Amino acid sequence: MTDDTADDDTATASDAWFAAEGAASAETEDLAEGAALGADDLARRVREGSAPAPDDWPTVAVETGFADDETDYESALREATLAAARATVRERERADDQQLIHAIRAADDARRTANELAERVAEWGGSLFELDGGPDHAGDEPEAATAPDTADAGVAYARSLADRDPDGPTEAHVVSLAKRVATLADEADRLEAYVEDHAPVVAPNLAAMAGATLAARLCSLAGGLEQLAKKPSGTLQVLGAEDALFAHLRGDAPSPKHGVIYTHDYVRNTHPAEGGSAARALAGKLTIAARVDHYSGDRRPELEEELDDRMATIRARRGGDGE
Amino acid sequence: MVTVSDADTTLPDGVQRRTFEGKESLATRGEPVYGEPTDGSWRAWDPHRSKLAATIESGLDTGLAADDTVLYLGAANGTTVGHVADFAGRTYAVEFAPRPVRDLLDVCETRPRLFPLLKDAREPATYAHVVESNVDAVVQDVATRGQAAVAARNAQFLADDGRLVLAIKARSEDVAREPQAVFEDVRAELRETFEILAETRLEPFHDDHLALVARPR
Repeated sequence: MTDDTADDDTATASDAWFAAEGAASAETEDLAEGAALGADDLARRVREGSAPAPDDWPTVAVETGFADDETDYESALREATLAAARATVRERERADDQQLIHAIRAADDARRTANELAERVAEWGGSLFELDGGPDHAGDEPEAATAPDTADAGVAYARSLADRDPDGPTEAHVVSLAKRVATLADEADRLEAYVEDHAPVVAPNLAAMAGATLAARLCSLAGGLEQLAKKPSGTLQVLGAEDALFAHLRGDAPSPKHGVIYTHDYVRNTHPAEGGSAARALAGKLTIAARVDHYSGDRRPELEEELDDRMATIRARRGGDGE
Repeated sequence: MVTVSDADTTLPDGVQRRTFEGKESLATRGEPVYGEPTDGSWRAWDPHRSKLAATIESGLDTGLAADDTVLYLGAANGTTVGHVADFAGRTYAVEFAPRPVRDLLDVCETRPRLFPLLKDAREPATYAHVVESNVDAVVQDVATRGQAAVAARNAQFLADDGRLVLAIKARSEDVAREPQAVFEDVRAELRETFEILAETRLEPFHDDHLALVARPR
């Protein structure tokens, strides 16, 4: 470094983390006269402030009266940097992997329970309402009204019943139950949206490559991001296929090619003959992503490129199948 | 280029070779932080865990001295920066990832002149309002691409006679390329800002790592 700092913008005392807010720029004498900053303000300045260049801050602090001497400055600096670091860590902790796991499990519970109750509502509601049909789709297709065949249709049917005016105590029970189904399904939607938002904060690389939901499920199955990061790729590949894996270990079945990662486009939409290769390649990269996320936390876009390249190679073996 | 001198003459005051459980090791005086062996107030500084310890162990004269003001880039969970703070003066520990900072905070608890900063070492403007100018040493161990660029950007903190002590991880620059080729590029880029004084590979402690000591041009 020669005259770098001289060429660049130079720092002024008002850039300092301890400079009073709104203090006249540059004139060091004025700093002490600004409103004295509280501990919270100082920590915030450490977190959010910036300066074009460093300066001899300990000396500036003493000259401007912020600190009595260097030791005094050091204890103030220590307090502010520790508070700032703690605040940032605490903020991120709210988005830690355990919260994500709770959220995805709660979303699954809410979804499953909503579907289960929707079946009951369909069965019960079908016995009460089939004759008067009603204005909604339940009326157009009596079959759907009595026995919705998919989970989504079941919840949709429950939603349609929830808006009804019940006639008599029996109907009141069915409508009330249908309302529970609708709110539970809404809750599941909200929890899934939370997972979408937070998985990229907790595990940026894993979420980018696997998708938020699959990233959360992998953490959930492993018990945490740390546990996931410590698993070999072959284990991640069959997470969620434990039944098949243990059947295989007993000698009753072939080894499972994939567990929950089957939901990933790269496995599901690759030609079945190459599914094992695709699952293996995907699991390998997801394992690396989980390790980077746990041990370092920074984004590595090159991991995605490597995975895309590898998948292009695998899919090319089948001449474009699976595209 | 490798400057190997009698190892003990290169040790900063406050760093000693001591015997722990029958094995000789570098050591500093401070509160233990990760269950390392201790002997009274001394605690072992493991070159397998710390690239800076490995650098010193390899005989490189880092130029670090007791009570130096240090800017440490890539503090991670504080294993190495804790040892640095044991013998140095004001020590600014920059780390970007929040997870390891929880451990770093524990290390800071018992060290009055170690200051944690949750900042990105690639953007020195975000901590230039806290870190003072004319530090005696910049110690850098960041595992991102562009390690030489990080060093260049942080040269503004360094005193004219200050030292850059740098550990370069070849695999962070390019996983696929030969480490030698990566190191050659890094050296060339560093020479635009620094004069390289000494260097050594960190095997057997750390594979594909190069340690360099440099001063501003």
